[in-house]
Amino acid sequence: MRYAETGYNLEIDLSRGNIERVESDPGLTELYLGGLGTNAKIIWDRVPPEVEPFSPDNLLIFSAGLLCGTPALGCNRTIVSTISPQTDLMAFSMMGGFWAPELKFAGYDKVILQGKSPNLVYLWIKDDKVEIRDASHLKGKGATETSELIRQELNEPKAQVASIGIAGENRVYFASIEQGRSSASRLGIGAVMGDKGVKAIAVRGTKDINIAQPAKFMELCEEVMEYIKFRNDNPIPGVMPILQGLGSPQEMAIHDEKWHTENFMWGNSRVRRKDFWNEEVSKKWMETMDKMRMRLISCYNCPMKCGATISPPGHPTYMMKCFSKLTYTMAAMSDLDFGLKIAQRATEYGVDGFSTPQVMAFALELYENGILTDDDMKGMPSDNEGKFYWLLDRIVQREGIGDVLANGTYWAAKKIGKGAEEYAHNNIKKHEQLPLKLSMLNPVYFLMYCTGEKINITQIEGQFPQAPYPEREHREAFVKDWFQVPDEKFKQYFLDWEPRGENSNPYYPTVQMSCDIVDWQEKMHYIDDALGMCAGLSSFPLKPPYHIHNYPKFIATGAGIEMDEDKLTQAAKRYRTLVRAINIRRGMRRKDEKPPENHWKKRFPELEKKLLDEYYKFKGWNNDGIPTQESLHELDLDYVSEDFQQRGILTNNDAPRANETSAAREKNEGGGSEL
Amino acid sequence: VTGEKKKKKIKSIKVDVDKCNGCRACETACSAFHSTPKYSSNNPARSRIRVIHEPLKDIYVPVFAGEYTPSECAGRDKYVIDGKEYDECAFCRASCPSRDLFKEPDSGLPIKCDMCEAVPPLEEPMCVKWCLADALIFEEREEELEEEDKREEMEIGLEALAKEHGLEKIIDAVARMSEKS
Repeated sequence: MRYAETGYNLEIDLSRGNIERVESDPGLTELYLGGLGTNAKIIWDRVPPEVEPFSPDNLLIFSAGLLCGTPALGCNRTIVSTISPQTDLMAFSMMGGFWAPELKFAGYDKVILQGKSPNLVYLWIKDDKVEIRDASHLKGKGATETSELIRQELNEPKAQVASIGIAGENRVYFASIEQGRSSASRLGIGAVMGDKGVKAIAVRGTKDINIAQPAKFMELCEEVMEYIKFRNDNPIPGVMPILQGLGSPQEMAIHDEKWHTENFMWGNSRVRRKDFWNEEVSKKWMETMDKMRMRLISCYNCPMKCGATISPPGHPTYMMKCFSKLTYTMAAMSDLDFGLKIAQRATEYGVDGFSTPQVMAFALELYENGILTDDDMKGMPSDNEGKFYWLLDRIVQREGIGDVLANGTYWAAKKIGKGAEEYAHNNIKKHEQLPLKLSMLNPVYFLMYCTGEKINITQIEGQFPQAPYPEREHREAFVKDWFQVPDEKFKQYFLDWEPRGENSNPYYPTVQMSCDIVDWQEKMHYIDDALGMCAGLSSFPLKPPYHIHNYPKFIATGAGIEMDEDKLTQAAKRYRTLVRAINIRRGMRRKDEKPPENHWKKRFPELEKKLLDEYYKFKGWNNDGIPTQESLHELDLDYVSEDFQQRGILTNNDAPRANETSAAREKNEGGGSEL
Repeated sequence: VTGEKKKKKIKSIKVDVDKCNGCRACETACSAFHSTPKYSSNNPARSRIRVIHEPLKDIYVPVFAGEYTPSECAGRDKYVIDGKEYDECAFCRASCPSRDLFKEPDSGLPIKCDMCEAVPPLEEPMCVKWCLADALIFEEREEELEEEDKREEMEIGLEALAKEHGLEKIIDAVARMSEKS
């Protein structure tokens, strides 16, 4: 019997209309866990680097995490993996909600889509019955609308539906996949779904998920529950309100937006408004929120309430979470009332709440500076908010200038020319980032921005405080019950971190400390993404209920896989390296690994070089960011280095030879084998 | 007739629909508890509590399974509360032919909440324990019951039957039934 996982994937060839239920190899679960880990293995094996995002040979994988569908609280994420049209690299956006557990209860761990359907279709998965159904009547419908219509026509109110809006149908490079309160938004995976001709995947399951050691597993779950209660009663002092508790930042619950509105940039990530938040704004925004917010809501089996049902007067009701609350507001230099209203339309269209507002603000900046002209903007209304609605409509329809903008700021700027590139100033690896422009280089964040392969800072940061506490006694109080650290040394790193002086940014945390901290932060995100755990209960917040010390027990007692901290660390490193290998094979190199040039005012080129040099070494990558043959071997990824050698990505000068004995390899370890 | 007074424990779950966050942890905990061996599997379709939800209408109603009923209701009722129109079976706890709620998915047999009876007893049912939103509150009270109440009830019923069918017929029927048993 398989535990925690079902042991079956659905393979759907949309070109031929073929559906197969395929048993998966339990050996791969042991090596790559599940979710992102096994997705990466499938993409490595089956999507060679020549395959373009909109090729029928690109795969679109919807995967539940290894522990989804077990009683582990907050374990409900769907990990969607494909090749991104925006970056041409591997995308692995995720969504919470209810879809992944439902897929498990239907008897599958993954739905693997290949090929392209000639007509718009949707998939209906009900336990053993799987159908490809006509969706021509759903063409052009909103994402939420589509889900409701499908539930109605199937007469299945309990079906969970992941769907795309018109943006996905029209292959907008930042189109999302929506699922009620949750969405997999980043990197244009909705466009790949649209390209494959799939409007939605509806799923309903009534089968069991088995647990290897039931009583022990339940005990662990209840420990987590108790700790969540403790953390809810004991917010962390000394940090901004949204970082005090668990869950994703509690944007739906918290009214105080002083920090975001005064520290994040407005417009096209340009303007910082240092005295924006005053009593009047606070009162007005609170009224808006109280008027429109119907209820705080949760994802499957999670006590946190990170989402909300929002009902703007005169607009349909929708569900929202987290920072999309402010992205439209701030891009348009408007207010919360506007932000919550336009987000409704954007959610139905199915677009990413981070990239979309920036693309629109970017277009208006180009217009104001004469790079886009009245010819390009024919028909645009004159009022500010009207402009944003107009642009949003053009983009999702790919009409006129919208067709250019629909490819995101990087590609649009290239196409427009005339100096437009300078306005696409907030990208990493061609992907729009959070609108942050800061003063002093932060070495930990520098490394995360450079090397994060989810290409989104919130998907790599967490656990370690974002800034030092001014008072040592507060730092001492903080580390007292900080048992989540993988090693005691992290407490010392934090204790000695000062806001000013010798032990402050950019030279403290030191290069070595920065490597340690980033590696820990990233590792926890990668573990979450394989298990299907929400970062909001694990890798993102300070002092989370899930951590490196209890995760191995969850895996051992839940999935029946022998596990300890070392083995889990090694597994996470294995598929993390495999994600990098996929991207390296697609051409990603050190030159691509850099934050936006203006992210910090005070830059330190020598220090930055050293940080990256050392971090690459630390990770087992050569100086161009390519995993070395030696490190690949240690991770049981010899098949990757063979491929690298065949393609000339690694040569024998880069790394020890494949047939080298282990003794010789050990000798090499001391000095490192980088270029 | 004076009957002996007996004390009876009444267990109930108070459901505060305004507090429900729709997470369905109650379903998870219930189905895990009632699997054999305990906690060995998880499947909300087997849960004896279900959250009836229509998120876009802001409707969340946790309902725990009541008695099995062999036939559908002849008439249905609809409630509109705070401007929200609830489904006509939304508050009903019955396992009934009109819907697939509260039936074992494999056998179709009805399932019913047993307040998580266990030895040793739990402090509160699993769904309540797992509801950190406090939408489910366990309540236990003692009620005094008099034995004669039950007899009276039966007598009222019998009187009604005798009126309709005549006492003779009832006596005959009782005689036949006692012969069979």
